[in-house]
Amino acid sequence: MSLFSKILRTGLATEPLSPEADEVVSLLHDVDARARRLFGRALAIREVDAGSCNGCELEISGLTGPVYDSERFGVHFVASPRHADMLLVTGPVTRNMAVPLLKTYEATPAPKLVVAVGDCARSCGVFQGSYAIAGSVDTIIPVDAFVDGCPPEPAQILRGILTAIGRR
Amino acid sequence: MAVEPLLLLVTVAVYAAGAGAALVLGGRAGRAVVAACAVAGAASGMVLGARCLWGGVTPAFSASFLPLADLALRVDGLSAFFLVVIGLVGAAAAVYGFGYSAAYEGRYSLRLLGAMLNVLLLSLSVQVMADNALTFLLAWEAMSLAAYLMVLTEHDRPGTIAAARWYLAMTHVGFAALVAMFLLMSAGDLTTSFSAMRGASLTPGVRDAAFALALLGFGTKAGLVPLHVWLPMAHPVAPSHVSALMSGVVIKMGVYGVVRVVVDLLGGGPAWWGGLVLGLGTVSALLGVLYALMEHDLKRLLAFHSVENIGIIFIGIGAGLMFHSFGLPTLSALGLVGGLYHTINHACFKALLFFGAGSVLHAVGTRNMELMGGLITRMPRTAFFFLIGACAIAGLPPLNGFVSEWLVFQALLGGAAIPEPEVALIMPIAVAMLALTSGLAAACFVKAFGISFLAIPRSRQAEHAHEVAPSMQLGMAVLALPCIVLGLAPSFFVRLFGAAVPGAGRPAAELTFTLGLPLRVPGTVGEMSPPLLALGLAFGVLLILLGFRLAGIDRRPRVGDTWGCGRIGQTPRMEYTATAFAEPLRRVFAELYRPTKDLSIDFHPASKYFVQSIEYRSEIHPWFERVLYDPLVSLCQHLGAWARRLQGGSVHLYLMYMALALLVLLTVARWGR
Amino acid sequence: MIGYVVEVVQAALVLLLAPGLVGLVRAMKARLQNRRGAPVWQPYWELWKLFQKEVVISSNASWLFRAAPFVVFASTAAASFLVPVLAVPLPFDAVGDLLVVVYLLLLGTFFLSLAGLDPGSPFGGMGASREMTIAALAEPTLALAIFALALSAGSTNLGQIVARTMTDPASALSPGHLLAFIALFIVTLAETGRLPVDNPATHLELTMIHEAMVLEYSGRYLALIEWAAAVKLLIFFSLLGNLFVPVGVALALTPGTLALAVLSLLVKFVVLAGALALLETRIAKLRLFRVPELLSVSFVLALLAVTSSFLLK
Repeated sequence: MSLFSKILRTGLATEPLSPEADEVVSLLHDVDARARRLFGRALAIREVDAGSCNGCELEISGLTGPVYDSERFGVHFVASPRHADMLLVTGPVTRNMAVPLLKTYEATPAPKLVVAVGDCARSCGVFQGSYAIAGSVDTIIPVDAFVDGCPPEPAQILRGILTAIGRR
Repeated sequence: MAVEPLLLLVTVAVYAAGAGAALVLGGRAGRAVVAACAVAGAASGMVLGARCLWGGVTPAFSASFLPLADLALRVDGLSAFFLVVIGLVGAAAAVYGFGYSAAYEGRYSLRLLGAMLNVLLLSLSVQVMADNALTFLLAWEAMSLAAYLMVLTEHDRPGTIAAARWYLAMTHVGFAALVAMFLLMSAGDLTTSFSAMRGASLTPGVRDAAFALALLGFGTKAGLVPLHVWLPMAHPVAPSHVSALMSGVVIKMGVYGVVRVVVDLLGGGPAWWGGLVLGLGTVSALLGVLYALMEHDLKRLLAFHSVENIGIIFIGIGAGLMFHSFGLPTLSALGLVGGLYHTINHACFKALLFFGAGSVLHAVGTRNMELMGGLITRMPRTAFFFLIGACAIAGLPPLNGFVSEWLVFQALLGGAAIPEPEVALIMPIAVAMLALTSGLAAACFVKAFGISFLAIPRSRQAEHAHEVAPSMQLGMAVLALPCIVLGLAPSFFVRLFGAAVPGAGRPAAELTFTLGLPLRVPGTVGEMSPPLLALGLAFGVLLILLGFRLAGIDRRPRVGDTWGCGRIGQTPRMEYTATAFAEPLRRVFAELYRPTKDLSIDFHPASKYFVQSIEYRSEIHPWFERVLYDPLVSLCQHLGAWARRLQGGSVHLYLMYMALALLVLLTVARWGR
Repeated sequence: MIGYVVEVVQAALVLLLAPGLVGLVRAMKARLQNRRGAPVWQPYWELWKLFQKEVVISSNASWLFRAAPFVVFASTAAASFLVPVLAVPLPFDAVGDLLVVVYLLLLGTFFLSLAGLDPGSPFGGMGASREMTIAALAEPTLALAIFALALSAGSTNLGQIVARTMTDPASALSPGHLLAFIALFIVTLAETGRLPVDNPATHLELTMIHEAMVLEYSGRYLALIEWAAAVKLLIFFSLLGNLFVPVGVALALTPGTLALAVLSLLVKFVVLAGALALLETRIAKLRLFRVPELLSVSFVLALLAVTSSFLLK
């Protein structure tokens, strides 16, 4: 019972969608409008960790939390690339993950988008030149949008998702 | 001249000719003649049965061609019903056997196998038509011996002889019980006709004893728990069409016997008779399916499912007996019809499944499911027929298994009409156990079909498997058809099989041939319509396809690798195995299975953090074999060792034994006068 | 004639409302997690999108893999014709009773499990094994709940059960009915893959049951399966709502009573969805090998329900 009373006390943690709200919310609004056109207002994302330090994952999981609550715009994460519309790839692509990443891309049904999240995904970051690295994400699979940052904030990740959708 | 005697004559003559020809002819011609004779005999037997069942006539025949044997035959509703079952499975098995036994040429005795096939079918037909104890017992023994010889066909394989011995021992225990039972019921004269036995007035004690003996004798043949031990041994080692006959028909003779003797000749009894049959049926159904789940040998799995389905049949019969003792004739007839309906259903789908298993064995060369897989693309027709059988045995609508399970359920739901609630409480428990059984059976056949036929081949043999001969496919098709027909037209067949129930007559007077199956019996009212259901399902599928076409979303799928989290390359070792599939249920029912675990890990000599190999072995030993049969077997061995002292090897001693025995017999005969 | 029209309208309603019901549960759960959550109609968008996407199929899969979604959807849709949703008695009551509904749903589960095994993926096999285990263990409870209901109505016919409870509203509060209701509610959780048996929102393959079987499906096939799963939830909700609390179900086919029936149906769905959302917020997923214990509880409850109906007759 204490659980439910706490739920009641806390109220809604999600940022409201008021016109004077900050950038995040307006961005989400934009995603909403464009995603509706392309994916019928339901965007399923499969996250692929291609060798990340998990910093980006931490930020991505913030997307689904009560504050950002990506689910209210129909953006949700799925367990299989077969169910996905978008791959969210993080980290420099390690040698071991190069083929799995390619296979994930092949397993995803069209139309599909790829967003590379984080500095490592774009340029391998501090891991550049390591013997264990196969290259940045775009050397393995076609990327629709990059998100810079180490790690990027959830708002930036959302902007990346938006850019990717806008490209098509 | 009436047609029936002619049909009977044709049946007997053709079977006899087939048996004779088999001994003379060899090779392909021999196989063809055997199959043709068996099919002709089965067909004329089936026509005879169908005519009697349909027309309601009960022709009687008698023959005394042996000086001492007064053979008497009579076809009533019950015999007619079983003649149809024998004919259906017999014909299919003969066709299938033609192709299947081709692989035996030059390796095993085809002549004996072919002759025994015809002898078995003949003895089965005579047995269900028998009108006195002598005829019945003679046919019973002929059937048992013919089946024994057929089980022995692949005699050089390990386990075959032991399995056949178990079968022989068990069947003779049953036979002894049956002889005693008939002697009790006929006051010592085995030629007393069944109609005289019906009228005989026996004391309650004798009736109870006869019932107990009947349950022992027929239960052994039917494979009721705990008398089923021979069944999962003997069925797998027999040639597959023989397994099909044994599971489809031979064990059904136990069902026939119980219905004939307990329901017909004894005319039912006190409530505990029904309760005992119901209880044994429930236990058999549940234990049968639970042990089937743990089996990876496809044919052993099917054999355990025979125990399960015999259990379901006895649940129906037991419920019928119970209702009878409480004076509820309509419900009683419903239970019995449910049991009989399941009898013919099980005969069809189990024989079909054994054919399927035989085809797989033929193509892959093993019965171990863990070495199969991917056969649906390599043996598409076999896979399709096996799938039909699997759906039917799992009780899925609109196939036949569902109809009979529905009937048995309805009969049990009628338990509310029993005036004594404490007694009636057995019904909901039986309902729950039956439901659990059917759920587990569905799980088991997902395993059986999924592991054997789907995914990628688990062995080289499976990879190179090929579709079987046309005659074997035809044999399967012959049985797949009734699985569908019996499922789609239950209102017609329930009415027909109602004529097979002794005494009680049809289950519901107002039952007419409609699309649906309406039941109005005291305590429960139920209605369903498999044809409309099937139509609805087909219509639904077509509608979706049409919708896709109209909406333009029927583009061809792209083919890619199986999704495995991006892992590189897929090997059969990554697939789920039959053991793994059944693992959750093994844990749930661990109390029953009591699996032994044997885990040994080899470490690297340098450090125990480096594992060189892991070996895990886990086995299940059915406990009643340990608890019930091991003491019995050792007792028999002790007795045998003791009795061996009588055998001194001296001719003089043997002469003395003979003389003594003769003297004793003559004296007894003199006193008995 | 009007009966058939109502029947078709009712089935169409079931099919159309089902995704919304799933959306409602999700929206309520989001609120309970202090989130705004997706709108109630989000599942419709998802289905719409999936129907238009490309389909990717494993090279190991056979025709069965492609046929299974059709069987799953058709069997569930057929069951939706038989369940009392708005009015009783209806002409299709004669096509199938409660047992038929249960076995139709088992037909779908059977084929979905086979399809899980077909691509040879270890996850699919794992899901199939678990799904069949739970389906098999839930079966006795279902049968006993049917027995308890059939006992008081004297029939397994769904229309008759509803009509009987309506003529005798007090019987809805009898111990047999209440116990059977709880038993059936637990089975509903197990059969429709809700917490604590299965987590519909899980992303971890090792904890999956339903989701593991459909990992390999995409596009329109996935849409059919997900839609069928939603319809299954709605079927169980209508059974819970209308068999045990048949308030508002139309006995005569007039516009007034039918409107009332739709209204009461929606109220029942909201109440049941709320209960489900509360439950899913409150409890964690059970370990797989603890699930049989939960199902045993439901079995004992159902057995008590039947016993009390028997002895208090």
